[in-house]
Amino acid sequence: MSLPMMKEESKSRSVEAKREGPKLTVKDFKGRVDPDWCPGCGDFGLLAALKQALVELELQPHEVLTVSGIGCSSNLPGYVNAYGMHTLHGRAVAVATGAQLANHKLKVIVTGGDGDGYGIGGNHFLHTMRRNVDLTYLVMDNQIYGLTTGQISPTSIKGMKTKSTPFGSVENPINPIPLAIAAGATYVARGFTGQVKQLVELIKGGIRHRGFSLIDVFSPCVTYNNDNSHEFFKARVKKLEEMGHDPTNFHAAIDKAYLWGDAIPIGLFWKRTDLPSLDELEPVLAEGGPLAHRPLGVSPEAAKALIQVLM
Amino acid sequence: MARALLTGNSAAAWAARLAEVDYVPAFPITPQTEIVETLARWIHTGEIQARMVTMDSEHSMLAAAGAAAATGARVFTATSSQGLVYGFEMLYVLAGLRAPLVLVNVSRALSHPITLEPDHNDVLAARDTGFLQFHAESCQEVLDSILMAYRLAEHERVLLPAIVNLDGFYLSFTREAVEIPEPADVKSFLPGFEPAYPHLSGPAPLALGAAVLDPALYTFFKYQMHHATENALALYPEIAAEFAGRFGRRYGMIEEFMLDDADYVIVMTNSFASMGKAEVKRLRREGKKIGLARLRLIRPFPHREIQRVLRGRKGAAVIDQNISVGKGGILFSEIASALYGLPDRPPALLSFIGGLGGRRFRPEEFDGILARLEAPPESPEEIARPYLLFSDEECRDVGRYFSVASGEEKSHEA
Repeated sequence: MSLPMMKEESKSRSVEAKREGPKLTVKDFKGRVDPDWCPGCGDFGLLAALKQALVELELQPHEVLTVSGIGCSSNLPGYVNAYGMHTLHGRAVAVATGAQLANHKLKVIVTGGDGDGYGIGGNHFLHTMRRNVDLTYLVMDNQIYGLTTGQISPTSIKGMKTKSTPFGSVENPINPIPLAIAAGATYVARGFTGQVKQLVELIKGGIRHRGFSLIDVFSPCVTYNNDNSHEFFKARVKKLEEMGHDPTNFHAAIDKAYLWGDAIPIGLFWKRTDLPSLDELEPVLAEGGPLAHRPLGVSPEAAKALIQVLM
Repeated sequence: MARALLTGNSAAAWAARLAEVDYVPAFPITPQTEIVETLARWIHTGEIQARMVTMDSEHSMLAAAGAAAATGARVFTATSSQGLVYGFEMLYVLAGLRAPLVLVNVSRALSHPITLEPDHNDVLAARDTGFLQFHAESCQEVLDSILMAYRLAEHERVLLPAIVNLDGFYLSFTREAVEIPEPADVKSFLPGFEPAYPHLSGPAPLALGAAVLDPALYTFFKYQMHHATENALALYPEIAAEFAGRFGRRYGMIEEFMLDDADYVIVMTNSFASMGKAEVKRLRREGKKIGLARLRLIRPFPHREIQRVLRGRKGAAVIDQNISVGKGGILFSEIASALYGLPDRPPALLSFIGGLGGRRFRPEEFDGILARLEAPPESPEEIARPYLLFSDEECRDVGRYFSVASGEEKSHEA
């Protein structure tokens, strides 16, 4: 099944060509504190790619909100000079939905890990994709619970021995790519923190895309996951664009998403631009701009009129 | 009997092992994770026969725990802080199902702001759920309280779940010498769980959790739970006496420290009571007649014991390591209600808040508390107001954090 693609420019009101303010550099997006991640953590690669993408999209810090849940990777909002919210375990996309509907001009970027997004936050994940909320969800997928020092996560491979499964995990992992495609996400990609250049393009594409973008990013945990290391992925990842993949081909996207072994595809699996995002379906948001920028409250005249009706 | 240096987490795992628990649903959260990891390891090595399932959240973990306990399995699980409040609706459900499992909570202050250090707003939020609550000061007490909790929770006249609380970091990750009782001795104190009504495994099928839309019926079931906690209060002394007889360690509902001739009493809970005891000892050396009462049993609330311990004193100061925002200390309110109407209640009952987010007490704060007890404020309004412990030095530190946050000052890592 191939779906009709609409011209991205006509659909997208996301990044206007002209912006106020000076052209920024990566340094301008650096937060006031340095990451507390382990040396060699994949998350550094994603943080660098995200800042680079924001620069290339010519966004200003006040136009961006990063929202995270709980986990090593969820510390990210503190490391970016933009609006940020560090919320609760699993709740990031729900919080981000609220922020996006309150201010649909804001670029809302959700960052977190596989445990946060696919485990304890799995329910929000599913329904946010179904609603096609205009969010860019960057999942730093290390296939382990890192912050709690090494227990299986929803993406841990079967048989993985961890401190919570010394006997080897008996469970099947979640494959987020086909899950997201089936659930209704309209931009579904996989990146690798060892391929930062491609990751920058995937993130830019996700931010530009109107609708829910999932970018599942292999972000190896150097401390607690020896099975799925940087070297493991480096030897196996294969770019979809080099495999002749057409991201508008639904069945090809699903088939490619299940490849795992000697060649693990990374890149854009699936994109459709014919579905409106949730804020576009909300008539209240269609005119008058973002709710957050509208005058709050009720005018004295309107209040008086309302009271008269009630009396 | 073996003696070993155990962390509080490890002591909790040992108690579950000695209780020969059948089922452990698990989800990691700092600072609890070591408990379920230890049990996972023992299951792997065959040292225990329990079954463990790693769940996707604390909510599903508690749901699984309740269903398993209702079958008649002996269930153990553990969580902390956000995990406890994430699974919160299940706490009422488990108590209502009369599922007598033991849940260990490793106290950690609640978000926001996020921290890993302990206070008791997490566990005290569960005080109205129907769970029994034991709060421990030492690693030994963690182990012992879990065994006692099973005994009390599974009693036919109680049948309520229990929480055993220990402070994150101060107990969870601190090693102390712990007596590990002989399995045979534990078995005779705590035989296997043989419920009279194993709901999901008996010969006659039963449905659980039915809707009762009749207000009288709903009220009846809630009153039954309350009566069960009264039964627990009545049963506690004999269970504690039996425990003391078998293992040599005696645990009252309240621990009385240097109280015999004390004019003034400090009331505390959990591991920070050790800091309080050290200061009480120091003040005793300085000739002050002061003692400390440590609440161990929080639910059911031991009001008669509170009355016994505090009546006739000149003053009592409740140090709450929690804050009911808009009211003050939770335990202060509960203790005040236990003393109301008592003719010889302490004329000065003062409320102090301290230890939030793991904040340590300073020795001079205890001098201040004693001074305030000796010369309490005159206005009733001032007496009822919680005194919020905070130092000038801390004010300066906070100011520094603010200047880093506002960009005026670089943090040392940047």
